[in-house]
Amino acid sequence: MPRSMTYRDALREALREELIRDERIFLLGEDIEDPFGGTYKVTQGLTEEFGHDRVRNTPISEIAITGVALGAAMTGMRPVAELMYVDFAGCAMDQIMNQIAKMRYMSGGQVEAPLVIRTQQGTGRSSAAQHAQSLEAMFAHIPGLKVAMPVTPYDAKGMLKAAIRDPDPVIFLEHKLLYNTTGEVPEEDYVVPLGVADVKRVGTDVTIVATSRMVLHALDAAEILAKDGISVEVVDPRSIVPLDQETIFDSLRKTHRLMVVHEAVERNGWGAELCALVMDHCFDELDAPVKRIASKNTPVPFAPVLENFVVPSVEEIVAGVKDLLV
Amino acid sequence: MECKIKIEKGKHLELLTLMNRIRLFEQIAEELFLHGEVPGFLHSSIGQEASAVGVCAAIGIDDYMATTHRGHGHVVAKGGDVNRMMAELYGKVTGYCRGKGGSMHISCRELGILGANGIVAGGIPITTGAALSAKMRGTDQVAVSFFGDGASDEGAFHESLNIASIYKLPVLFVCENNHYAESNPQAKHQNIKDVAVRAKAYNIDSVIADGTDIMDVYQKTLTAVEQLRKGNGPILMENKCYRWSGHYVGDPAVYRPKDEPLEWKTNRDPIKLYAGFLMENKIADSKELEAITEQETKRIWDAVEFARNSDDPDLTVAMEDVYA
Ligand SMILES: Cc1ncc(C[n+]2csc(CCOP(=O)(O)OP(=O)(O)O)c2C)c(N)n1
Ligand SMILES: [Mg+2]
Repeated sequence: MPRSMTYRDALREALREELIRDERIFLLGEDIEDPFGGTYKVTQGLTEEFGHDRVRNTPISEIAITGVALGAAMTGMRPVAELMYVDFAGCAMDQIMNQIAKMRYMSGGQVEAPLVIRTQQGTGRSSAAQHAQSLEAMFAHIPGLKVAMPVTPYDAKGMLKAAIRDPDPVIFLEHKLLYNTTGEVPEEDYVVPLGVADVKRVGTDVTIVATSRMVLHALDAAEILAKDGISVEVVDPRSIVPLDQETIFDSLRKTHRLMVVHEAVERNGWGAELCALVMDHCFDELDAPVKRIASKNTPVPFAPVLENFVVPSVEEIVAGVKDLLV
Repeated sequence: MECKIKIEKGKHLELLTLMNRIRLFEQIAEELFLHGEVPGFLHSSIGQEASAVGVCAAIGIDDYMATTHRGHGHVVAKGGDVNRMMAELYGKVTGYCRGKGGSMHISCRELGILGANGIVAGGIPITTGAALSAKMRGTDQVAVSFFGDGASDEGAFHESLNIASIYKLPVLFVCENNHYAESNPQAKHQNIKDVAVRAKAYNIDSVIADGTDIMDVYQKTLTAVEQLRKGNGPILMENKCYRWSGHYVGDPAVYRPKDEPLEWKTNRDPIKLYAGFLMENKIADSKELEAITEQETKRIWDAVEFARNSDDPDLTVAMEDVYA
């Protein structure tokens, strides 16, 4: 029986069920232990159930968090590390980029690194330049890292399970504004495999490919556009590495018009990669140039008026879709 | 509390004024935040006023200072204008950073404030660089880096101490040990009691002060800064203190023993201790002290009015100041 639950609770349920399923799994990160239970309270209650051995607070030491996770993963454990904010990956970048991403390759296939780095990103809370970035493109650019970006509680739970069971490192990007959103989640065990896109709304005139919280914006825009008789299909790739290109291309073959929306800044964003892929594989299907809607090329400003201004809005998406149709 | 040096009455009152200004700024900002008037998140430095004021009183306006997410007190102590600070908390264009920084990023070039910082330990190497610059330019400026006990677990802290040591830089590393790194008590995040012992590993001097006793902090900082200006290399200072509130405003701090905050508030209130000292030594009477509180309360509410009446930044401001 599906139940309605929050994104936060769905993530916690995935962690809990996996901790029960496999003794090699453990969590580590800053302030994740009870009674605090994590800055966004995802791990609340898990220390009480599993003890401090398997739900471990760390010092404020991002290099150690990620590097220790790697060392443990290479030697038989299955760590799920938490970086409180994606921005702090900056402190840990050597371990992520030079070590974690490359370990199997550099060793000629000898070692595996079954680890997950859970973190959250995004704007919406006036968290300013060092607490609100969207950095998926930076990770996706590094061969060796898988990058997951769930938007619904269903996807969050199923994809976190997939990430934990994956033999390879996965960067798992939650969104700070999604934790309180709700959705249906089945009671029984399920997995949402990485690399399988989801058509979040079926339509015929324009395809919007959106990631993370921007899926919700795209769905709102689609609703508004429907009133004007415009039928929008919303495709959520769910993970950008691996990427389910076929679902996106299939949609494009139907609508012949494509928009990509993400909260990360436009320049060198993931949307540019999608544009290039479409050029390579589906150029003849396009009836109009691909449209990108993304954040403006600035650090995230603090003032709410400015933050709202730099981040894509539903209105911008609506206007963009109309542009695509003229 | 003990004062072994000659301090004019005016200076004493100035120090107490600044401590009151910080306390009231934090209290009122907290209240406004809880009413939803101030966006983002706030970290209050109530309980740590003696460290901020005692250290900053021992350096000049030309000296550099960088701070952390818990930086309001340091900015006030270095001479920050509470109008522009409050406006920044509100995200208004009259704020120090034109509304683009917010509470965690206040900086002021004219006052040598290199910036608060959203990244724990992020400011430590930057301050070290300012000290290097002072040394290379041949000035007698010093640089002060404020950070917490939690920050001393970051690589950035260790690398900075090491490089400052070998370059013999005029930098004062000030660890405000409030015994918690967010929810994590000190005993759980480091296997030491005194962060100051970490100086040994880099062969630099250290000093421990009672961070609730402004006279202790002030006199020890004066001595340390004198050493720095002589070119004797960096010093690690540790001020033992306590943050009265949760980690951020709204954090109920369930991870602390129930009586602990009360204990500090009752017996180790830096403002109460200093006021008591001034009265006992007949430096000031209660009327004068009350007048200070009154004046500072008004000052902060005026700052709130200033912030409320200021404009939001124009949208074009969002696009300015990007390097590229
Ligand atoms: C690199 C980095 N890691 C984690 C955080 C989240 N964070 C902000 S403040 C803080 C605790 C800092 O503790 P401490 O250095 O003792 O300073 P205090 O808050 O006690 O003043 C944490 C974990 C951060 N902002 N930056
Ligand atoms: Mg601390």
